Order: sequence, then structure tokens, then C-alpha cells
Amino acid sequence: MQKFEITGHKDTRSGFGEGLLEIGRENQQVVALCADLTGSLKMNAFADEFPDRFFQSGVAEANMVGVAAGLTIGGKIPFTGTFANFSTGRVYDQVRQSIAYSGKNVKLCASHAGLTLGEDGATHQILEDIGLMKMLPGMTVINPCDFNQTKAATVAVGKYNGPVYLRFGRPKVPVFIPEGQEFIIGKALKIFNGSDVSIFATGHLVWEAIQAAQILQERGINADVVNIHTIKPLDETAILESVRKTKCAVTAEEHNYIGGLGESISSVLSRNFPAPLEMVAVKDTFGESGTPDQLMEKYGLKKENIVSAVDKVIARKVNS
Amino acid sequence: MKLKRRKYKTKVPHSQAVRLFKSFQHCQAQSAISSTFKADLNQSNFNHSMANSEELKKICSQVRRDIVRMVHAVSSGHPGGSLGCTEFMVALYFEILKHDPAHFEMDGTGQDLFFLSNGHISPVWYSVLARSGYFEVHELATFRKINSRLQGHPTTHEGLPGVRAASGSLGQGLSMAIGAALAKKLNNDGRLVFSLHGDGELQEGQIWEAAMFAAQHKVDNLIATVDWNGRQIDGDVDDVLSLGDLKAKWEAFGWEVLEMDGNNIDNVISVMEKAKSRCGKGIPIVILMITEMGYGVDFMMGTHKWHGVAPNDEQKKAALSQLEETLGDY
Repeated sequence: MQKFEITGHKDTRSGFGEGLLEIGRENQQVVALCADLTGSLKMNAFADEFPDRFFQSGVAEANMVGVAAGLTIGGKIPFTGTFANFSTGRVYDQVRQSIAYSGKNVKLCASHAGLTLGEDGATHQILEDIGLMKMLPGMTVINPCDFNQTKAATVAVGKYNGPVYLRFGRPKVPVFIPEGQEFIIGKALKIFNGSDVSIFATGHLVWEAIQAAQILQERGINADVVNIHTIKPLDETAILESVRKTKCAVTAEEHNYIGGLGESISSVLSRNFPAPLEMVAVKDTFGESGTPDQLMEKYGLKKENIVSAVDKVIARKVNS
Repeated sequence: MKLKRRKYKTKVPHSQAVRLFKSFQHCQAQSAISSTFKADLNQSNFNHSMANSEELKKICSQVRRDIVRMVHAVSSGHPGGSLGCTEFMVALYFEILKHDPAHFEMDGTGQDLFFLSNGHISPVWYSVLARSGYFEVHELATFRKINSRLQGHPTTHEGLPGVRAASGSLGQGLSMAIGAALAKKLNNDGRLVFSLHGDGELQEGQIWEAAMFAAQHKVDNLIATVDWNGRQIDGDVDDVLSLGDLKAKWEAFGWEVLEMDGNNIDNVISVMEKAKSRCGKGIPIVILMITEMGYGVDFMMGTHKWHGVAPNDEQKKAALSQLEETLGDY
């Protein structure tokens, strides 16, 4: 088994900030808007270097989304920045009509997604955003797993023509994706090769999946671990290739099990290659205040939960 | 035929819109109307030729026929606001905008742009787009029908030339127009962005977010117009959710406010030209445009009932008898 080295601990939002600066330097058409969370979104560097291309929008997200859509008329590539909750649920109709239905090239960049936002509690911990965004026709949905992948994804979405929802988080988490690794939208990233079970993970749960796979290997179970950073369009080929080999799957995400990655993969399998599937996800509930670690443990999103899900799904495979 | 203006009085005597309108009619010295507005009215006939004005009125009559026939054909759509905004839309597309209907492209580089925020008055927009050359006039017959580019509410989705954003869910067009205006500034494109909004639409909070933003960012290449007909689906705006002192509201949000009589095409052109001359001064501009919903068809005026109701066969006949066919029906 390939060993994944942790090269540091960084927040994925800082990856976004660096990526935004990089694509901003590369392409003058890139502009950015932020709803009074410039520091939280790590957009300061861009705002400082390109003050004419940065629009402070205040606590007025609906307008920010609309202005971003308008900026595309004239060739601009707008990146909006606010928390995940305010990037999606709060402005759903604006995203739907002004961006998705109007086919505008806007990048909705959302930090503080999921439980790992921590102490602020459930008002800010959106666990429904992937579902909301993936249901919109034409919307690309990306949830990178660490600093390096978030940075690379930010640059990649700036080069892609079409609306994108880019979801990342607040806390410092292990950095394990190699710096400079190419990010290909819609192409799953194989982490480990294995033949006993497929583990499909996105966002912060990818590191948990890697750790789970290492625990499982010590017990003689070889997991095929796949990083699904792009939830839409989904890499159905990679998913089916893996499950045709392993005959069972576990999904892992920091999101409600309804509307998330697990549901998308379940749909792919049921339409193409029915196989037992278990989901490691939030079980249709809101979050609460606490440290990120406490919350991930309480809501069952740790490596141990992935291991248990693997045991369960392998038992189902054997019995079926 | 000669249209009679303001045949009906509103049922809401306290409506600010009505007070403003009455003051315009009677030119009372102590009226609520601003002195600049009166000056514009006095100048209106000097800004363009009467012949041109007569031509534009003929186009208005044809556009109104298009509106009535389009909504009648599918027994749905919004004739009231469409009829009320006809002079504005005709003046815009045939006199004010610098645009190239035969070569529509999304970015509109080097051209003036228009955004219809109150997308439900799509019939009047489709008619002026077709009549000004964005697409063939006969396509108006497809309005609201299956496989049409002329959706009930405007959209870019079907690739209709002239449309740059979907609208229908209200309150979103001002933000979109502001974004397009900012893009023009970034591109050193000196052309302007125009937008139209319903008065009922101003009840949407996003409008006021956008109003704050435009003032903050000195979006001074934008001219927003409010169709201030005082009526919305459920009744008079003052009864449904009053806008209060609308002029004071916009001014408090940092905008320069102009006023015009939206059913007087000379005045529309005059005030629009004035608005253009006020651009580039660091302040966004809004025009409060008094109109009569249903204007041009007597039985559709003086009520909110024709906001979103199509005429039946008999009503269509009655309506068309009041509207001269000047350019040929589609």
C-alpha cells in the first residue's frame, strides 16, 4: 500500500485563497466578490493585489450572486466568496435563475461547509448544500479534500467555462495531495487499489478514508479508495470500474446522506451494477456547537465509522 | 386613433403615484412633482422631431396589437404591464439604445444593454425585439407555445437574440444590470446599461441590496427605470405593501431620481436623454416612470385585473378596434 505522507496541516479555504490569487494573476478577466467575509475566505491577497477587480458586496448575498452573473456579460469570470450556507440555501433562487438557468460563468466559492465549521453551530453548518447545487441543471459541484487539491481546483474552475459550486472548509486538516497535482474536473482520483471494498470519499472525509483503509489493511481487507472530488458531473466510469471489481461500496462525506455523494453513487450503481452500499454521512439531522473533532465523532464521520461501514457492507456482499 | 390619457382614476386616492400623476396633468405649482421634471416636460418637444415622434407612436400602436394578439392566442400572459410600458420600450429600442439588432452577441461590447427585470411583461419586449430586428416578426406567433424561444418569461436558455438573462422571479434584474455595468467599466466600454423594474417588484429585498451596492461602487453607467403603475396582482401597491415615499427611498439609497410620464413618448425620450447626460457623475440613476397599466385599451385601464389575464375573443376584438394596425400584424 502506498503511504500518504502528511506534508503539513492547512485549511482548505487557504488553498482557495492561493488558487484565486494564482488564477487572478494568470487571467485578467478573473474578478472576485465577497459578502463581508474576506478574511474568512482568505480573499485578502486577491483584494490587495487587484483592488479594481474585487467587489466588496456587504452582507447582501442575493445581490452579490446577481452582480456576479451580470459581470459575466462582458467576459468577466467572477468568483463569489461567502460561507457555504449563504452561497447556496440563502440565495437558491438567485443561483437558479441568474446563474444556472441563465448559463452564466460564475464560480460560487463556499467556505465553512459542513460540521467542521465547529462552534458557530447549526445555523452556519450547512449539510444540504451539495444536494441543493447538484440538482441545478448545468451546475458543476466540487468538494476538494485538502489545501493542495483546493488550490488546484480553484485554478481549474477558473479555466472552465460554466457555473461551478466549489465547496471547502474552515479547519486546518492534513495536507497529503502532492503540490501541483493536476486537477481534472469530473475525473475521480484513485488513492489506493484494492479488491475487497470500494470506498468513495469527498472533502474532509478523504483523509479519514485513507486512515480507514490502513486500519483495514492490517486486518487483511484491501480497500479500493477513490477520491470523488467532483460530485457533478460524476465520474461514473471510475465508480463502476471499482465496484465491478469489489462488488460493494462505502461512501463518505461531510453532508446529509440525503442529497449527497452517497445518493449520487447509489443512483449510478442501481442503474448500472446493483451492489451493497453503505453511507458514512450525517443522518438527516442538523449539527450543533462543538469542536470540529467532537462533531465529526458525534455525528459518525470518523475513520472508525468508515471501518464499521466496510465490515457491514462486506457482510452484506458475502450474504447476498 | 387618438388615445385618451388617464381616462380612469385610481381607486386609491392616497397613492403617491396618483398624486404625482395628477400634479403632472394639472401642472400645479405646489404639486409633488419636481421642478426638474416640469422643465423636462417643457423641453420635450425640442429634443426630437415631431415626425419621428409620430413614427414612434405608430410603432407603439402596432406593438400594442402584438401584445393583445400574443396573449389572446395562448389565453395566458401579462397584457397590463406590457401595454403600460409600450412607449418606454419603443422609445428605448427605436430611439435611445445604441445597439445592433442584426448581430446580437451576449457580451454586447460597444453597445448599450437592456435588462428586463419584471420578466412577466415579456410580450412587449418580444414585440419590440422583433420589430427592431432581433428576430423575425412571425416568431411572435410562437409565444408561450411548446418548443418556442419566446418562453412565458424571458430566458437565454433557448438562445433568443436580445435576451442576456433569465427573468421572471422578481428582484434579480437590478443586480444583473449592475454587474454588466461594472464589466463595461472594467472593459473601458463607454456604453450604458438600462434596466426596467416593476413597482411591485421593489418589494423584493434584493432590489435594495442592489441599490446600496450601486451607490457604494459608483455605478454611474446604469439607468434603472421603475414602471410605477401603482398596481400589482392582488391590487393597488399601496394596499398590498406600500412603497412609501419612493423618491425619498431611492435618494436615501444614494441614487439620483428622475421622473417621467411613461405613456407620453416625447417625455420618455426627453427624460431618457437627460438621464444619459447625467451618467458618469459617480451616482446611479433611477427614473420613476408613471404609467397606466393596460394603457391603450380602455377596458384594461384603471384596474389591476389585467395584470396577468388574457382577453377572450370578444375582448380581443374590442381591444384591436382601439389600436391601429400600422406596420402589419405578424
